Order: sequence, then C-alpha cells, then structure tokens
Amino acid sequence: MPAAPSPAAALAERRARARAALPPPVERVGALRWMRDNLFSSLANTLLTLLTVAALALVVPPILMWAFVGSVWYPPDPEVCRAATGACWAVIVEKHRVMFFGLYPYAEHWRPFLAVILYVVAVALTCWRRCWSWQVLVPLWAASLAAIVVLMLGGIFGLTVIDTGQWGGVPLTMVVFTATVTLGLPLGVVLALGRRSEMPVIRLLSVLFIEFIRAVPLVTILFCAAVVFPLFLPPGWNVDKMVRVLIGMGIFYGCYFAEVIRGGLQAIPRGQYEAAASLGLSYWRTTRKIILPQALRIVIPGLMNHIISAFKNSTLVIIVGLFDLLNATGAAVADPLWIRYYTEGYLFVAAVYFVGAFALSKYSQQLERWLAEGRRY
Amino acid sequence: MAHDGPPRQALAAALGSLVVRSLAVQVATAVVVAALVYLLVSNAAENLVRQGIASGFGFLRHEAGYDVGETWIQHSARNTYAHTLFVGFLNTLYVSVLGIAFATLLGIVVGVARVSRNWLIARLSAVYVEVFRNTPLLLQIVFWYTVMRQLPPPRQALHPFEGVFLSNRGLVHAIPVWTPVHGWMLAALLVGVGASLALGYWSRRRREATGASTPVLWPSLALVLGLPVGAWLLGGAPSAVDLPALRGFNFRGGATHSPEFVALLTSLVAYISAFIGEIVRAGIQAVAIGQREAARSLGLREGLILRLIVIPQALRVIVPPLTSQYLNLVKDSSLAVWIGYPDLVSVANTAINQTGQAVEGIVIMMTVYLTISLSISLFMNWYNSRVALRG
Repeated sequence: MPAAPSPAAALAERRARARAALPPPVERVGALRWMRDNLFSSLANTLLTLLTVAALALVVPPILMWAFVGSVWYPPDPEVCRAATGACWAVIVEKHRVMFFGLYPYAEHWRPFLAVILYVVAVALTCWRRCWSWQVLVPLWAASLAAIVVLMLGGIFGLTVIDTGQWGGVPLTMVVFTATVTLGLPLGVVLALGRRSEMPVIRLLSVLFIEFIRAVPLVTILFCAAVVFPLFLPPGWNVDKMVRVLIGMGIFYGCYFAEVIRGGLQAIPRGQYEAAASLGLSYWRTTRKIILPQALRIVIPGLMNHIISAFKNSTLVIIVGLFDLLNATGAAVADPLWIRYYTEGYLFVAAVYFVGAFALSKYSQQLERWLAEGRRY
Repeated sequence: MAHDGPPRQALAAALGSLVVRSLAVQVATAVVVAALVYLLVSNAAENLVRQGIASGFGFLRHEAGYDVGETWIQHSARNTYAHTLFVGFLNTLYVSVLGIAFATLLGIVVGVARVSRNWLIARLSAVYVEVFRNTPLLLQIVFWYTVMRQLPPPRQALHPFEGVFLSNRGLVHAIPVWTPVHGWMLAALLVGVGASLALGYWSRRRREATGASTPVLWPSLALVLGLPVGAWLLGGAPSAVDLPALRGFNFRGGATHSPEFVALLTSLVAYISAFIGEIVRAGIQAVAIGQREAARSLGLREGLILRLIVIPQALRVIVPPLTSQYLNLVKDSSLAVWIGYPDLVSVANTAINQTGQAVEGIVIMMTVYLTISLSISLFMNWYNSRVALRG
C-alpha cells in the first residue's frame, strides 16, 4: 500500500495540474478582451469611444506637427522662425537667461545658477527618507539657505552686492516658495494650538486672525505687505519689499496650515492628553513630546495640498512687482521681435510649473503610503 | 514649603495657581496685542500726516475721474469713488457667478467622466484634471490674455460659428432681441419653479401621510421648462436675433465680452473645474458599491437608484469641499487686477494710486471679500445641513 502523499507533494501535484489546465479562451484574455471591456462594452460606450477617437484624430496630429515636425530649436533667429511651419522653440534658446534669472546682472548669472543647484540638492535630500532626522535636516537647510543668501545677495567673499530688487526668475520663485513654507508652518502650529487653547482670549484672537485671513484673497494680503505695511512702521524704519512680501505669503499660508493642523490635533484621542497629565508633564512638554509628533504625522497629506498651492501661488508676487519666473517670461516674450512666439514661451514655463506641482503631488501620495506603513492596526 | 499643608489645601493652591497663571497669560496677551495695534495705528497716523495724505472715507464722495471698461449700471468718470467701487464690486460678482456656474457644470462632467467605464474617456478626463490643476492660475490667465490680445483685428476676426466672432477686441456673439414677451417668460419661469417646489412639498406630505407616491421629477421639469415655452408661444414666438456685424473697424450688435473678461473667465473655469471634478469623483466613489447592489436587489430602476441612493449620499461628501472651491473662485477672481479686468480689486487699486489712501482702499476690499466669503459660507452651511445625515 502506497504511503499517503505528504501535504507538500499534494500541493506540488495540484500546481502541476493547474499548469496543465487549458488556457482561457482567446476572447476572454488579451487586447481584444480588454478593448471590449473598456472601450466597447455597450452601444453608448462604443459611440462615445468612436466620437472621442475622431475628435482626437482631428486635434492631436496638427498639435504634434506644430510642436515637433515643423518646429525650430536652433538658430535663435526670428526670421528662421517666421519661415518655419511649426513652433518656434528657439525663443526659449534665445531668452532662457532672462526667463530663468530675470533682472539679475548678466555677468553674475553663475551665482543664481549655483544657488538653484544647491537648492535642488537640498530638496532632493529632504525628500529622501534616509535623511529624515533633525540632526540632518536642520544643519542641511541652515547651511544651504545661508549659502543661497550669500550667493544671491553677495557683499562678502568679494561678491558684489545684488539688491533684492534685482532678484528674479527661478531663484526668486524658489525663495518665495521656501520662505512661505518655512514661515507658514511654525505660524500654523502656533495658531492651531491657540485655536485649541483653553484660554478664551487666546482662542478668540486665533479664531479671528485665522478666519479673517482665510476670507480675503491673497492679492489683498500682498497689497497690504507691499503698500500699506510701510505706513505702519515708525518713521525712518524700512523693511525690504521682498521681505515684506515673503512675510505676507507666510502669514497667509500659515492660516491655511493652521486649519489643517487643527484637524490633526482634534484627531488625537483624549487618552493621550490624560496619560501625559497623569505623568505630570507640563502643557508644553505634552504638546511637544506627545501631541504634535502624532498630529503632524496625520496631517502631512493635507499640508502637502496647501504646499502645492503655495508653489503655484508664488506667481502672485508679480502683482506687487517682483520678477519671478512668470513675470520674467512675460517680459522676455514681450520683445517685439519674439512676441509672435509667446505661446512657446508660456507653454515652456507652464511645463516647468507643471513638473514641479505634479512631482510634489506624486511625492505626497508616496508620503501617504510611507506614513500608512507604521499604522497597520 | 509646598507639601506642608493638608492635601486639599495643596490641591486648591495648585488649582489657584493654574487659574492665576492662565489669567495672567491671557491678560498679558491681550495687553501685548492691544499695545501692538495702538503702536501701529499711531505710527500710521503720524506717517499719513507727515506725507500729507488725508485719512478717513471722505474720499468716497469725491469725483473719481476715471472710466471703468465694463459696467452693469450707468457709470462715467464724473461719478464718485463710491459709485466706481460699486461698479467694480458688480464686475467681481458677475465673473464669480458665471465662473461658479460654468465650473460646476464642467466639473460634474469631468468628475463623472473620470469614473466612466470607458477607458478613453476616463484617461482624457484624468489628463484634463492633472494639466489644469498643476499649472498656476495666474499663468493660465496671463496665457489666455496674451492669446486674446494676439488674435486678429475685427476685420479678420475668427468666425467659428454663425453669430460668434473672436478678435482682439474680445468675444462677440448674437443675443435674442429683448421683447416684453421675454419678461413674461422670466415670470413664467419663476412661477414654474415655485409650482414645482410646491408640488415636491405636497408630494412628500402625501407620501408621509398615505404612503402613496406621486411622480415629481417629470411634472416639475414640464412646469419649469413648459411654462416659459408656453409664454413664448402665446407671445407670438418672437425669434428676432441681434446678430453682430462688422461696421467700420468694430462690431455692432450682439453682446460683447472684453478680452480681459474672456481670459479671466476661461482660466477660472478651467482651473476650478479641475478641482471640482476631483471632488465629484471622490463623492461618487465614496458611495459603497453595496448600496447600489442593495438597491438593485430591491428592484429599483437605475434612474431611481441614482436619484434616491447614490446622489444623496455623494452630496454629503461633495458639498463641504465644493464650498471651499466656490470661495476660492471668488477670491481668485481678484487676479483680474493683473490683466486689468475692472473687478473690485483693480478699481480700488486705481483709487489707491490716485488718492494715496491705501489703508482705506484695502480695508474696503477686505471688508467686501469678508462679506462675500461669509455669505457663501452661511448659504453652503445651510445647504449642507439639509443634505447631511440627521440625528
């Protein structure tokens, strides 16, 4: 009598039988099946698909022809572009220094260029999980921000002083965005704690401030910073316009961050506060060691939404006369020789912003997955 | 020593010290804030006197001296600042209301398309959302404005449809010639809406009392659409259309929208509708599939499932974020100042430049936006309380 098959052997046999089974019929797998499921599942769907394909066939080929086939990249000469049938990307080749660095003195362009490289490296390191510790991030940002300011502003190491009024293009966009986030986050934490405070005066002040700022457009805050704020300073005092605008952006986004962080604070169970109190921790130690680390972790995805918005809305500083990437591009394509090719210029800048915002939003989704890993209970 | 007294006393002391400390912190904060405000205001007063700038809102009664490109009420450069600012406010409202209407419609289409079972439609809609959501709004506005400005002059205007012209003077399209019959149609529409609301109320009362259901949707549609059409037919079906035509260097007739307005509205609608599309998609996907299946197993028709099961539950998820998108649209319409569409901010900005009264000008802007934002919040909160779960 043969011995009963071991479980492993039985499993192997079942696997072998499964392998030997017939493949599913052709009409149930593969491209045909996929198309029937996803494009032609009903009469209405078929009609919709055909109409869409027709519309795409009408629109897409001319755009591709314009963008690639008949286009001119080089030489940067408006006469060559005029003769061409497609896009004139040469406008970017011709104007890229103005677009990227704005009014910054031409001979010194290597300084903002180096600053941008430094910044990109710092951002890349910050996004990398291995670097997520205060011991790495704080020195990293302190050092790179200091280096960027020294490079851009000059005044030491034999660098000529370049006034902030001459900053422009990508470095300015980068400064505005970074300042908005680094000023806004601490302010947001303070305002959110204030709004959750048990002291009525503090709570009332925080609520009024947050709700007021959130109800008005960013443009009015920027006007305040650029036009009204100097009036409120003691006579003789002067704060640089760019600094004022950065503070305005920081306050505006601080209030939006505050509302997101408040959501995180509300999500912390009462037991956490009670446990900290029973250990005899003071309010600030409870907040710093127990509450904030948990609350901020929860709200990172929500914060990222506003951070992306801050990135896009850094363009608004042009309304008070700063020369960021968008304004510099506008000035570059306003050149009468090249004005016909404004579409190419703006499309290029749109692509730059799109890549930034899209990368931020994809990274935020990845962040959400990473943060969910530790909380599978 | 702290531990000398009986425990009850120590507790009281600790509580007392907590209360005292909290009071002290609050009083100190209030004093610091008040002192700061006082300091700023006295600085401002001193600076204004020093620079010879008048203060107060007296300037509102002075003649403004500048024209506003687009107005909804009678306006000229002779009017007061108050009147001119009101014209700007109406323009803000106009572009906001149209923007909200179009963005909602387009957003619903985009959101429904994103969950379509048709792969092509779903992908196209996703591309639309990503492209318009991830590009700065101001860049879109600047781009469309440049496009409008670079269009050919009226003589070579683009003419995509009968009665529609696009040129560097803006968008011109045909409108029906206004007759008294149109007034009657408007009245009939209001009567129709009122009657269908009454019908809905009566039908709900009847169902609650007797359990018998009355059809509401089709009669309501018939009332809302049928009454105006009936009024139109009774009035002799006036169908005269005011067609725009080229006279000299510009168009006569029809309705004209400035390049600034077209650029602003297009960008606002494209940008906000991408966000609304995502909200609608999230709302639809938030309704558990089991809800549809349960409804089918009860034998409900697909239309009824949508109307009674899916939409009410989706709305609960959709309405709060939709509110903040509406608020965003109203606030974002202030970007008009960059291209010179005469909204409240750009009209007030001109007033500030002319009078130098920046503080007052910005106070007016902020107050108006505060009022608009609070009104929309209140209305949407009221609507939300109607669609939210009760109990």
